[in-house]
Amino acid sequence: MLARDRKSQGVGPRTVSSSVRPATDATRVPDDASLLKMLYYMKLTRALETRIERKLYRQGKIVGGVYVGRGQEAISVGAAMHMRRGGGEDHDDIVSPSHRDMAVFLMQGVPPEKILAQYMGRKTGLTRGRDGNMHMGDLRHRLIAFVSHLGDSIPVAAGCALTFRMHGTDQVSFCFFGEGATSRGDWHEGLNFAAVLQLPVVFICNNNQYAYSTHVSRQMKVERVSDRARGYGMPGESKDGNDVLVVYDAIGRAVERARHGEGPTLLEFLTFRMTGHSAHDDAGYVPKVLFAEWERKDPIRRCEDDLKGRRLLDAGAVQAMESRIEGELDEAVAWAEAQPYPSPEECLTGVYHEQA
Amino acid sequence: MALTTYVEAIKQGIWEEMERDERVFILGEDVGVYGGAFKVTEGMLDRFGEMRVIDTPISESAIVGAAIGAALMGMRPIAEMQFIDFISCAFDQITNFAAKNRYRWGAGVPMVIRGPSGGGVHGGPYHSQNPEMYFVHTPGLKVVAPATAYDAKGLIKAAIRDEDPVIYLEHKYLYRRIKEEIPKEDYIVPIGQAAVRREGRDLTILTYGAMLYQALEAAETLAREQGIQTEVVDLRSLLPLDKDAILKAAKKTGKVLVVHEDTRTGGIAGEIAAIINEEVFEYLDGPVLRVTAPDTPVPYSPPLEDFFLPNKEKILKAARQLAAY
Repeated sequence: MLARDRKSQGVGPRTVSSSVRPATDATRVPDDASLLKMLYYMKLTRALETRIERKLYRQGKIVGGVYVGRGQEAISVGAAMHMRRGGGEDHDDIVSPSHRDMAVFLMQGVPPEKILAQYMGRKTGLTRGRDGNMHMGDLRHRLIAFVSHLGDSIPVAAGCALTFRMHGTDQVSFCFFGEGATSRGDWHEGLNFAAVLQLPVVFICNNNQYAYSTHVSRQMKVERVSDRARGYGMPGESKDGNDVLVVYDAIGRAVERARHGEGPTLLEFLTFRMTGHSAHDDAGYVPKVLFAEWERKDPIRRCEDDLKGRRLLDAGAVQAMESRIEGELDEAVAWAEAQPYPSPEECLTGVYHEQA
Repeated sequence: MALTTYVEAIKQGIWEEMERDERVFILGEDVGVYGGAFKVTEGMLDRFGEMRVIDTPISESAIVGAAIGAALMGMRPIAEMQFIDFISCAFDQITNFAAKNRYRWGAGVPMVIRGPSGGGVHGGPYHSQNPEMYFVHTPGLKVVAPATAYDAKGLIKAAIRDEDPVIYLEHKYLYRRIKEEIPKEDYIVPIGQAAVRREGRDLTILTYGAMLYQALEAAETLAREQGIQTEVVDLRSLLPLDKDAILKAAKKTGKVLVVHEDTRTGGIAGEIAAIINEEVFEYLDGPVLRVTAPDTPVPYSPPLEDFFLPNKEKILKAARQLAAY
């Protein structure tokens, strides 16, 4: 079934000469523009989150928690490449990101300055100061806001997919979570529900091996999150989450299944959280050797080297891309810092629907 | 005109809304093939098909969560809890996702969560609960509890058309015991409006759900035996409360008794007493009294459950105490 899907995929593997064939398990590779786009968004995500976590937070400009996805950028970027957008309610996919999927927000069209205003509690942030950090959503960007109760968005994502099934469209619901969330009852209920009703959901696990301080071995007895897929009667795979092409490939196949009415897929991407749980956490419980080991597998450098190998860019082009990003972020930070806070009495509004 | 039972009125309300608006659908355990444990959805599968009358796994959290997702995608889901006791399994989805969504990021969740609540049918601790106050304490939700067939239909329609999540508590004791003539024409009962069920000048009883009938019987006895004229107000909505109606009735008689089947501590009676104290204290001729269930789970055995439930005699005792002020 999966092999047939691969063949039916319109964007087939690019023909690349053996001399520049990259070291990746991916069986299909996007076009050059897409490859460059993926690198750009991984770099933008890293740079934005680095500013937030290591600069603005330390400067006291972000008052609440900060959770970033350093080292995990390939997963949300590779997945977001497959999200259909810009075609209206009966066409666009829907996304339920986790708190470590910043790239999804950027690729769904949320400008960095709006995200920064959100982090700073400003009136023009996505939640108008009602909530902080990655707790943001916007249906115009087809993004459902995450809640701290991990796993809650699994049944919600299934409900979005249920609507697509009812309407008979080929839209897909993308649902992200970490391996820690898979211990929640809602996660189980949501996967089972989606499988029983054969709903078009792609379940995407960022297995970064630590849930706060708890190692994955204390989270589950099975070796892989994807081992659980069989229990729900859906296909499951575990893949290298630090290779954006592998992610792109695996998500693409799951999306095809979903669009063709073949139901949900559980994909686990192995990666590593290259920072603490949040900005205040020094991750002293993580053996240093692991950081060193995963630093060598950094998804951005791998992608960059790969693209250099394909002769899509050189050192100068990389530098130009990074300069462009830093310039964009300078402007975004300046804009966000100039934004007003909400007025105190706005606390009382918007609990219920208000007549326009 | 034929009489319509309370349960039939709920069914009619849902049915008519599903005919009127194709975004309305129902999901829950045994709602399709079986027509629901209490037959509220009987016949709907045949009429509306399996994409709009959806049998689900035993997963209250997924049922509510999926309803939230569908609501965000523009649908108008009705999530049935087979017994409202099981709503506790979905507590997190209701209180953290559905209730807070609009406030946090402006995405409303128009959905109804409904199910049979209340005791009096020997259902025991897990088929008799009154969970209203868990949700009345959650900003962002609405909570309604009809007592009449007319209201059962009018409130389910209002709940389905509402832009926010509504918990709709149908009292299972009333399902087939209450029947009345209801209009054929489309109507709604607005959420947040109480109804005066009996006029009186001496004493006010505020109540809702199945206790309305105990209160009305008590009021009848008070009038017959002692000439005490009791005003009986059916709250109908617990969130939002009809504060105007409550204060008006309190000012009118100066003596307020709140009756509910829910347990005592943290019940709505305490909140109502506080509102009355804060806003119309100078009109009072006596303390705001409560007749409620005691602070225990709902017991099963008939003598235990009869002891647990408020009834006409308990209401009479409190009313006479209050009338003496």
